[in-house]
Amino acid sequence: MTNETNTTAIVQRPSFLKAVMAIVQKDLSAEFRSRELLSAMLVFSMLVILIFNFALELNIDVRRTVTAGVLWTTFAFAGTLGLNRSMAVEKDRGCMDGLLLAPVDRSAIFFGKAISNLAFMLIVEAIVIPLYALLYNETRIFQLEFLGVLLLGSIGYISVGTLLSAMSVQTRTRDVLLPILLFPVAVPVLLASVKASGGIIEGLPLNDILTPINLLIVYDIVFIAISFMVFDFVVEE
Amino acid sequence: MQTKPIALTILDVLSVISIGVATYFALVFAPTEQIMGQVQRVFYFHVGTAWVGMLGFIMAAVVGVIYLIKKDLKWDRIGVAAVEVSTMFFFITIALGSIWARPAWNTWWTWDPRLTTAAITELIYIAYFMLRAGIEDPEKRARFGAVYTLLGGISVPITFMAIRLFRTIHPVVVGNESAAAQGGFSMSGDMVTAMLVSFAAFTIIFIDLMWNRIRMGSLEEKVEQLKLKVSM
Amino acid sequence: MIEVKKLVKRFGLKTILRGLDFHVEPGEFVALLGPNGAGKTTFLRILASLSRPSLGTVHVAGYSLPNESAQVRARLGVVSHMPLLYPDLTAEENLEFYARMYGIMNAAPRITEVLGMVGLEARRKDLVRTFSRGMQQRLAIGRAIIHDPEVVLFDEPYTGLDQDASTMLDEVLRSVAAKGRTVVMTSHDLARAEDLATRFDILSRGVITASAKRSDFKNTNLLDFYKKALAG
Repeated sequence: MTNETNTTAIVQRPSFLKAVMAIVQKDLSAEFRSRELLSAMLVFSMLVILIFNFALELNIDVRRTVTAGVLWTTFAFAGTLGLNRSMAVEKDRGCMDGLLLAPVDRSAIFFGKAISNLAFMLIVEAIVIPLYALLYNETRIFQLEFLGVLLLGSIGYISVGTLLSAMSVQTRTRDVLLPILLFPVAVPVLLASVKASGGIIEGLPLNDILTPINLLIVYDIVFIAISFMVFDFVVEE
Repeated sequence: MQTKPIALTILDVLSVISIGVATYFALVFAPTEQIMGQVQRVFYFHVGTAWVGMLGFIMAAVVGVIYLIKKDLKWDRIGVAAVEVSTMFFFITIALGSIWARPAWNTWWTWDPRLTTAAITELIYIAYFMLRAGIEDPEKRARFGAVYTLLGGISVPITFMAIRLFRTIHPVVVGNESAAAQGGFSMSGDMVTAMLVSFAAFTIIFIDLMWNRIRMGSLEEKVEQLKLKVSM
Repeated sequence: MIEVKKLVKRFGLKTILRGLDFHVEPGEFVALLGPNGAGKTTFLRILASLSRPSLGTVHVAGYSLPNESAQVRARLGVVSHMPLLYPDLTAEENLEFYARMYGIMNAAPRITEVLGMVGLEARRKDLVRTFSRGMQQRLAIGRAIIHDPEVVLFDEPYTGLDQDASTMLDEVLRSVAAKGRTVVMTSHDLARAEDLATRFDILSRGVITASAKRSDFKNTNLLDFYKKALAG
């Protein structure tokens, strides 16, 4: 062991963006090493789709109308798995305290966690969607509009989900509580996403699905703003 | 031990009378609706309870915000009281709606926007109680509860709008798009009177229950305080 | 360096800290001793800006809490009994992450220096997951001083360490203090505290009941002082 000499660290408060990026990068490099969260989400997604296959008899006629619903249900369930895990990692070893001790704005922590969670969700979607297309010969999901809706829906779902997971992880019933808190509040996002992406699959003109898309945008903005404002109250003591 | 305020006792009595009056107006005073007949009378209590249910949920979101700013547990007690009372009233609304829907729509339940939104709203506030049950520290419980009622308060109208974008069969009673929906009816003057009486009655009952519940909350806290004192 | 006046902390109805006064000069190494449940951890969490005082004033490094908590946090390092490290990152990556969170410019030489100081230079590329408890705790100290804080708080740093690991930790703690930093450490290991600290404060039932400097122990020892302070 050597003694601390005198390379005095030059410290200045990191900018908001730098703190956010530090958290995102930390989460991504930890996850790409362990792959715990992504593999759990992926395997779970495939299992859900498999179960839907039996439960709904996904033949051609049924598929046309339920593809959007099946996919969104799958992503919603897999999403809670990821959200739970991502926040539990911070909580279990006291790392949340480590983040809170840094001289950064609390909302930087929220955005950092939300962006990593969104990245995990999008990675899962990027793998599950081609697989679904392959398994069910459903190529209509490869449309730019469909992917746009996927992104908008995921943003809304993850922003409320990140806030609620920061709450549920601090309760006694943490593992079961997140979906119970999240699903009823996230209904508008799921509903609008299913309607919009279902419309795209059925080949409706963009005008007809504008309403759910607008709703998604409104939901995203409102809930990002709210989460940003109340995150302080969820992590402080 | 503080005694019960006289005003509250008077309000208790007034509430009981209100139930009687509202019942009279709904069952006797209001004319029988021509197409649906007697079952339509359920409607007066249905809208009355729905009104106070919504009132309480909005109130909970508002006092939630006040709590987050003021950090005074008094506001949390009001919030819990509002959610508890409203969850009960909202359940009654749904049950009465079902009774009406059976003859009107020929089913107990349909996935119409209002019904669906009502069900989701109930679930949000049940989740609220589960969230609170998982937290020991009263301040954290109050904070999380406030945040969640706020999220719920914003999400419910968006949910309603979202579902409303697709077609509805629920009659629009207040507003003017009325008769188009299946089972819609136009109200005569006496019907409007009965409805207003029901609104007033349930508002009184709501205030009474809220007051009692808030009082119970502060008594509970006193008991805890005394217990703590004894154990020291 | 630390100035606490009439600090009260309540969790709901339970009062943990009851008007605590506490003062630390720059460069002092204060051992905060006391039985479990006396409020040591709660107190340290307040100093660390992780918990808000219910009443009273707290100044750390010249800034008041909770209003200027960002300034306090930039000048403060905390080691708790949990390591606050990410098991799936290497020792180096953990320090890099925290260096970024503290806005340290040109962090690489500082990281090398800190790793050397806590004796983990050889393991810098290894995952923290593979570290023993003692190594994790040493890295946790490295994490806490990465930004060269003026004040360092240790909350039971010896929890779960064996004899060898504790001896190694002693050395690290000494070098942390050697740079003229102000240190507050909670512990219920009197012998360890006696070796390290320059001042000993006893926290009991939410207040500081006794305080003594190392130089006061000529005819008596820390154990007697501790027993007396708790008995009185």
